[in-house]
Parts: sequence; structure tokens; C-alpha cells
Amino acid sequence: MLKTRIIPCLDVKDGRTVKGVNFVDLRDAGDPVALAKAYSEQGADEICFLDISASEEGRGTMLDVVNKTARNCFTPLTVGGGVRSPENVIALLRAGADKVGINSAAVADPDLIARCAARVGRQCVVVAIDARRTGEGKWEVFTHGGKRGTGIDAIEYAELACAKGAGEILLTSMDKDGTKSGYDIELTKMVASRVTIPVIASGGAGTIPHLIEGIQETGATAVLAASIFHFGEIAIEDAKREMQAAGIPMRIEEN
Amino acid sequence: MQTVALIDYGAGNIPSAQRALEVAVERSGLSCELIVTDSPEKIAAADRVVIPGVGHFKDCREAMFGVSGLVEALEDSIHKKGRPVLGICVGMQLMADLGLEDGETPGFGWIPGKVEHIPTDAGLPIPHMGWNELVVRTEHPVLEGIQTGNHAYFVHSYHMHCENPSDLQVEVDYGGHITAAIGRDNVFGTQFHPELSQETGLRLLTNWIKWNP
Repeated sequence: MLKTRIIPCLDVKDGRTVKGVNFVDLRDAGDPVALAKAYSEQGADEICFLDISASEEGRGTMLDVVNKTARNCFTPLTVGGGVRSPENVIALLRAGADKVGINSAAVADPDLIARCAARVGRQCVVVAIDARRTGEGKWEVFTHGGKRGTGIDAIEYAELACAKGAGEILLTSMDKDGTKSGYDIELTKMVASRVTIPVIASGGAGTIPHLIEGIQETGATAVLAASIFHFGEIAIEDAKREMQAAGIPMRIEEN
Repeated sequence: MQTVALIDYGAGNIPSAQRALEVAVERSGLSCELIVTDSPEKIAAADRVVIPGVGHFKDCREAMFGVSGLVEALEDSIHKKGRPVLGICVGMQLMADLGLEDGETPGFGWIPGKVEHIPTDAGLPIPHMGWNELVVRTEHPVLEGIQTGNHAYFVHSYHMHCENPSDLQVEVDYGGHITAAIGRDNVFGTQFHPELSQETGLRLLTNWIKWNP
């Protein structure tokens, strides 16, 4: 049986994690490579890096971080942020990413999804969607870190991304992100019911019950969270055991 | 000193596979040199060969045939020299007779079977993506210490249907039976990614490095 995934996400800028990650046992909490390794050892099922560097130089540094991470932890790694072309995707995969997230550039040009999938296979292409609620049962796609509205319906865009060749959808609720009040269940459920590819719920996790409802009430096959793991509020092992106890199949290795 | 060649024909994530093989070599305690190459001469001279692969069956096949002499060198290694060859993901699928992803594409035909779409009757999301529980079907030396219930990481939409049940080594359940590992004589292949499967994956690679079929 396929297990539900827990994916910690790290924001990386110029090769360093930002948002003050606070890990007790780490000498250098700003080192994404060490953090990825620590999460991997705690049982993270995948790791996600979001590159928020604004410069070309910062992006070059990211390739180095990705390479070091791939060489240090044998856990699948998704990298997103600023990806604009199949060449960007290939550079990240060659550096050691296993999947690449595409966000704003795919909204501007959905055929980019098809071009990337044709080059590297759809399983490597994660389409990240930032959505904000605009009315009853309606959500709009936002880009550029959630700052820019697009007028595009998020549900329709998710279907389009799937049809263009996305291998997975990383769905973030901009309303819920950072609130620790739980995932946007309605949005996630709507998207998961309309696409045939896996959906990752993101934005809003603050407690283990949020992780549980993010799976049980939506049809998502993975939950992504950042701050609750970074600040040690929730240990991944504990989350997995409680999710398993709630009836969600989790990967818990006994040996 | 033996040489292990990891074929780099432009497909997929070489750093993870390379590093995982380095760890496997260390753990095996054997004296091995790991090379990453697409040179048919080096592959012909290698004592064991790993074929990685992600993406489309057809693209990976064309990329391998695109390197002049590469497939011939591999077939020599397998059939004439009896050397161990490991295929990972699409690298495993290419060992079949036929791939059915976007039309029919012949495979290398090293292990009889076809690569078909994962059954969709159960309505589960495709690709099959994430960690699944292995069901070990045989006692193969490459699977020593790996048990039913151990997890491995999968990401694929197609899987191989083996013609001979005895070639099926490991399977998983995803809305039905999915082939997870195959083996015949000196050839072994995993649909999952051992390089992304933590301890279970490293154990498999270490076993493979030590395997003398």
C-alpha cells in the first residue's frame, strides 16, 4: 500500500535557509543541507526547497546546495522557485533534484509544463499553485510569491496543468499560509477531485490534527508544512505515529 | 579492484545514484572504483554496470542508442561476459521486450515482458508517487536482508509485466499488483529508486555490489 507523505519545506535564499529555522541539535541552522539531512533522519518522506533568491548568483548557489543535499541524504528532493524554462528544470535535475516545481512561469505560459514534461518526464514536473479564495467555492491563482492576482480560476488551472503534463500539484492556500489554522480543506478537496495526479496540501498546518484532516478530508496524498517542523513544535516521527493511529497509512520503519 | 560503471546518457538524477553507489561500495568492504560515463569502451571494460533512467521509455531508449556502441557494449557485458547489470526505474523497464508508453517501442529484450500503464480501475492518482511497502517474492541475493514490509520510493506511471513469473522478484500493491523488482541470471532491475529509498535502498545496492552471479 502506498503511504501518505509528509514533506517539510525550506525557504532558501542565496544558499541559506531563511525564516529562522530553530533546530536544537544543529550547529548551523541556516544550512539547508544539514536541515534536509536532519529531516530525512526524522522520517520526512520527501524534502522541498523553495529558492527565493532574487539574483542569478543566488540561483547558482542553489544548484550547489541541491547537489550537496542529493549527495548527503537519500530522500527525494523537490526544488522550486524561479524556474522559467526546461533548461532550468534540467539544470536542477542534473544537480540532484528529483522533481522540480514550476509556479509563476507556468501560469504565464501553461505550455511550459508540456515542454518540461516532454524533456524530463511528467513525474519530475510539480506544478505549484498559490490560490486565494475570492468567493463561495471560488479561488484565484496568484503568482510572484502570492503577491500578484491573475484572474485565473485555480480549479480550472489545476485541471489545465494536469492536462498539460504535470506529474503532481503542490497546492498552497494563500489565505491559510502562515495562519496555523489548518489547510483550506474545501480548496484541496475540490482540486484533488478534479485531477488524476497526486495533490500535495500546503498552507496553514499548525497541529497534527491539521495534518490528519488535510489528508482524510481532501483526497490529497501528501501534506507539506514549514514552520511547525522548523521550530520543533511537531516532530515528524510524532506526526507520523498519530496519523497512523488515525488510520492513515504512513511509512514507519521499524528496523 | 573492480570497476562499477554508472551510465550517464543524459537522463535523470545522476548525483543521488552516484553517491548511493559510493556508500554501497564503502559498505561492501570491496575495493571498487565507481565511474560515471557514457563511453562504450569503459562500459565494456567495467565489471558491473548500472543503468539509471527517468522519463519516457522511448526517449531513454533513443538516448542510449544515440551513443554509438553503448547498447552493444552492454549486451556484450550481459550475454558474453556474464557481468551483473542493474537497471533503475526506466533503466529497468528498458530490459523488457516492449514498452507501451506513447505507442509501441521495442526494449532490449533481456527479460521477457511488456511495460504497460499502471491499472487505473481503482481511481488512484497516477503517477504512483511515494513510498510503498515491498512484497518480496523470492530469495534473491540482491534482496538479502530486505523484507516484506520495508518501504521503497516509487515515481512512475508504467510498470513491467513479466512473462515468466520466476523473473518477478518484488511487487507492491497500488490498486493492483505492480512490479517492483525483476531479476534473471546476471540482470537485476528495480522500478523503485534505491538511491532515494534510504536504508532499504542502500542495502539493496550493497548486496548488488557484492553479488557474483
